[in-house]
Amino acid sequence: MQQIVNFILRNKSFLFFLLLLCVSVGLTIQSHSYHKSKFINSANSITGGVYNTSNSVSSYFGLKQENDKLHEENTRLRSLLFNQNIDAKTFIDSTSFKGRYTFTTAKIIKNSYSLQNNYLTINKGSRDSIKQDLGVISSKGIIGIIDNTNSKYATVISILNTTNKISGQLKKTNQFGTLSWNGKSSRLIQLTDIQKSAKLVKGDTIVTSGRSAIFPKGILVGTIEDFKLDVTKNFFEVNVLLFNDMTNLEHVSVIENKDKPLIDDLQKTNE
Amino acid sequence: MNNLLSIHTVRFFVLILLQVLLFNKINFLGYINPHVYILFIILFPVKNNRILFLFLSFLLGLCVDIFMDSGGINASAALVTAFIRPAVLKFSFGAVYEHQALKFNNIDFGQKLTYISILTFAHTLTYFLFEIFNVSKVIFVLQNTLFSSIFTIILCILITSIFSKKSK
Repeated sequence: MQQIVNFILRNKSFLFFLLLLCVSVGLTIQSHSYHKSKFINSANSITGGVYNTSNSVSSYFGLKQENDKLHEENTRLRSLLFNQNIDAKTFIDSTSFKGRYTFTTAKIIKNSYSLQNNYLTINKGSRDSIKQDLGVISSKGIIGIIDNTNSKYATVISILNTTNKISGQLKKTNQFGTLSWNGKSSRLIQLTDIQKSAKLVKGDTIVTSGRSAIFPKGILVGTIEDFKLDVTKNFFEVNVLLFNDMTNLEHVSVIENKDKPLIDDLQKTNE
Repeated sequence: MNNLLSIHTVRFFVLILLQVLLFNKINFLGYINPHVYILFIILFPVKNNRILFLFLSFLLGLCVDIFMDSGGINASAALVTAFIRPAVLKFSFGAVYEHQALKFNNIDFGQKLTYISILTFAHTLTYFLFEIFNVSKVIFVLQNTLFSSIFTIILCILITSIFSKKSK
């Protein structure tokens, strides 16, 4: 017994080192699996506040590009509106939302794209009815999925995250596959499991497939950069060039699918 | 003594904020970021309570992790760096360290370079091993480690040179 106590006392710093190492390795492993990083995330008031303050300064540097981007989107939406004869009301009836999807605008206060598992932080939280598993898009296409929230801030799993899996499809045919990221380039993501029979052409548009109830069908992702057969020789592996410049993001929208609880319920009863 | 305590407390917070708000946004050539916050570990007093030092380094890494949403990557890297520091001190300063007469303000450049380089390299290697977390990407880990440590070493040397009070 005495020897054990002596051993512990002699090696107390090494044992303390091992203990802390176990904790940090545990946290690391947790962060490498989807939706597990519960404790260590930047959606808390201190880190959120720091990023918010820094963003309130740095957002001025990109004002011009951001304005151009918003103007471009406005023009696109207006042309859609006038060409399809949708009744353009000047007011929004906020007591009854028609349709399945509601949108919330948010601002990215922390961007990251050089790691393997990138997370963004936005300045809206559960107070603005942001919940886990809502989709996040920008004017040019898909950004990611909400992970953790607190009252004022939320973290977003970027599409540049190796744990992320989103269902995507070809725009012109309905052949679908899984969008994931291999961690190499912040401009390219990978679309896998596309059937060999699909006719792929360089430059074809890839959109979301609407299978997961997170994103509606037809949100833009990118264009085909190149493709090859994977090791099984049955499926294509496609490199998709993103429409979004992930290194320069500011204004985003969070999409909520009102029917998602119903769909989830149904899928749960099927299992 | 009080003065020493306040210097290190201020340095702790200033380095975290600098790392998070400035150095993580450099993204030189798309992905190279320096990890300047390890200056806290490099410049920690030589005469110290070992357990407190390990704990503070762990906490430092964890704070950076919370900002970066990176799990425990920085925490483990900082912890490993703090753990091997006595051995590195002994290796790079030899007798001066043995006699407990080490002052970071007046050491010659070669020794300082060795000391900072070894610690930075150890830190960056652990960092990328945990970040990439994939044995099949060893080349990628080593490549990132090399570039990132060179960047960090240059910045650390510059910062320590600028802010050192020469007592000669």
